[in-house]
Amino acid sequence: MDTSVENGMVTRSDLPLRVINSTPEAISKAKKRAKRSFRQIRTENVFKKTLMLMGLIMVILVLGILLTLIVQSLPSVKALGPKYLWSKVWDPVQDIYGAWPFLLGTLLSSFLALFISIPFSIAIAIFLGEYHPKGWLPNFLKNTVELIAAVPSVIYGFWGLAVLVPIVRSFESAIGVDPIGVGIFSSSLILAVMIIPYAASLGRSMINMVPSHLKEAAYGLGATRWEVIRSVVLPYTKSGLFAGILLSLGRALGETMAVTMVIGNTSLIPKNIFAPGNTMASVIANEFTEADKPVYLSALIELGLVLFLVTVVINLIGKKIIDRFTNE
Amino acid sequence: MKLNSFQIKRSLAAGAFFAIISASLVSCGGGGSTSGSDSTSNSNSDDNALIGAGSSFDNPLFSKQFSEYNKTSGLKVNYQSVGSGAGISQLTNKTVDFGASDAPMNGKQDSALTAPAIHIPITAGAVVLSYNLPEVKDTLMLTPSVLADIFLGKITKWNDAQIAAINKGVKLPATGIVIAHRSDGSGTTNIFTTYLAKVSEEWSTKVGKGSAVNWPVGLGGKGNEGVAGSIKQTPGAIGYIELAYAVQNSMPYAKVQNKAGNFITPSIASVTAAANTQIPADSKISLTNTDAADGYPIASFSWVIIYKEQKYNNRSLDRATKLVKLLSWMIHDGQQYSSALTYAPLSAAAVSTGDAILKQATYDGKPILQ
Repeated sequence: MDTSVENGMVTRSDLPLRVINSTPEAISKAKKRAKRSFRQIRTENVFKKTLMLMGLIMVILVLGILLTLIVQSLPSVKALGPKYLWSKVWDPVQDIYGAWPFLLGTLLSSFLALFISIPFSIAIAIFLGEYHPKGWLPNFLKNTVELIAAVPSVIYGFWGLAVLVPIVRSFESAIGVDPIGVGIFSSSLILAVMIIPYAASLGRSMINMVPSHLKEAAYGLGATRWEVIRSVVLPYTKSGLFAGILLSLGRALGETMAVTMVIGNTSLIPKNIFAPGNTMASVIANEFTEADKPVYLSALIELGLVLFLVTVVINLIGKKIIDRFTNE
Repeated sequence: MKLNSFQIKRSLAAGAFFAIISASLVSCGGGGSTSGSDSTSNSNSDDNALIGAGSSFDNPLFSKQFSEYNKTSGLKVNYQSVGSGAGISQLTNKTVDFGASDAPMNGKQDSALTAPAIHIPITAGAVVLSYNLPEVKDTLMLTPSVLADIFLGKITKWNDAQIAAINKGVKLPATGIVIAHRSDGSGTTNIFTTYLAKVSEEWSTKVGKGSAVNWPVGLGGKGNEGVAGSIKQTPGAIGYIELAYAVQNSMPYAKVQNKAGNFITPSIASVTAAANTQIPADSKISLTNTDAADGYPIASFSWVIIYKEQKYNNRSLDRATKLVKLLSWMIHDGQQYSSALTYAPLSAAAVSTGDAILKQATYDGKPILQ
């Protein structure tokens, strides 16, 4: 049976005895039918294998990237040891490298951006998912939000530098901190705008998927719209909303170009959220081309490894939280 | 049933499509890992094209020079503006015919080479100090020690007595000084920090020189445009940018006192003058803090770096000759395109040193240029 499937031949033995004993037309008809079903099975097999191959390639790619990062950062790991993670000086001239200011800058700017963006993304998700799922205005809003994700990050950087930074500067002089303009706060604002669409569109589709009988039952019990959202829609969709927020955090952690242009790029530890700082991604982008010493280059790659691991850890924690939400 | 077979065909086609993509992905991955060693054989395939990589500072000049040279000789030059450090590492891997760098190779880069290389000075550039002081109408003047103290964060206000003492009669505002520096590793930073390390003992021990350093104070901007953006936007800012960039964007820049004690306005002429000094035979000299009386002190050569022995990796004599002839043309006839692009033409001393160095290039032990 197996061999005849593979070479596409249909032999007499593949046909039921009942057919073999009947008319020649019936035999040829049955042969055709059998041939077609063999072809279907073969297609099915090919397609299944292709899918598996695709999945496997992704796994190999990620493991390969991790392996490359580990191998290439070995010289710096050997030279600097674990104190690389918490030492505070980044001095390429004297071959002293410490990732702490950049680790801090990355986490600070990303989480600040996340907190700024959450009210917006959840509000957009509820508005589009529950209040106005159809019509020209919601459609326009939906497309606009999706467009935000499609704009190249360098454009956000330019816009941030030209428009946002002067506004932040006057805000800073109004509240009495050093009016520099660029810094962690500016980069968080830019990042917040950039990551809104991720949480918003996932949240919107989650809210759309809330079964209408649940909502109708709540309305039937006399609940107001706000009460329905609070006690039916949000509890039902919280794991999805959280997954969207996690997705946007991942985007914020890795964003390079726009952040580099407005964060101020100093290796000093930021004193407050208005101070200039630096992120791991922007240090790599800035210094990679001119890293002229082996340990320097390796320290930059180790920075990439740390960023990779930070992303993995945050994702794992997020998965745990999502699991807890859904198990309740 | 008809529809069914159509669907099968479609899924088959989709499967084949994915398979092709995945195959090409895999082959890309495989190719990437070996490219370091064997890609020179690719570059040899077209004998009428040379490949170079390195300094982004040189790129506008090189583009002009190579397109002009192409008109007369038909030779194509493919120059990748990837940064000086990357250019040197590509030369080290022998994936290019020449590298271009804003700084001569350092000891570690030298020891990574398998064969000796020679440096040919190709053009000169300057780093200027641009500032944002709308109240100040005269050109700001700076001495080396004040400049170092500003960048060390020791002078923090524009109306500091030390700055006022140099700029007599200029009404300086009480605004704080905001330093703007390059955040990306760059030859410009290397020239500027080399200069500061020469004129200030404290800078040399505390910060040092390099294409990226640990800045005591200030904001980093990516590229000349990033630094220029910080300067333009922030009142009281001062930062260093390339002369060409400052001229083309008409930004104000300071006069700097040179070793002879004169305050020099950076210009093409004063940079060429800076190079009119004693140049060592290997041309690896920093023009910063030049001895020349009318030379601008924060200037530097940019070099093209090639292997001294041109017979390596099956290179042909023809290819080696074309390369050396191109470089010879660049330091002679090619210099006429410098001024229009705000590069300083090579001084007479630099051209004759370059000639002598090019004569050292050999193919199979025999000199290429007669």
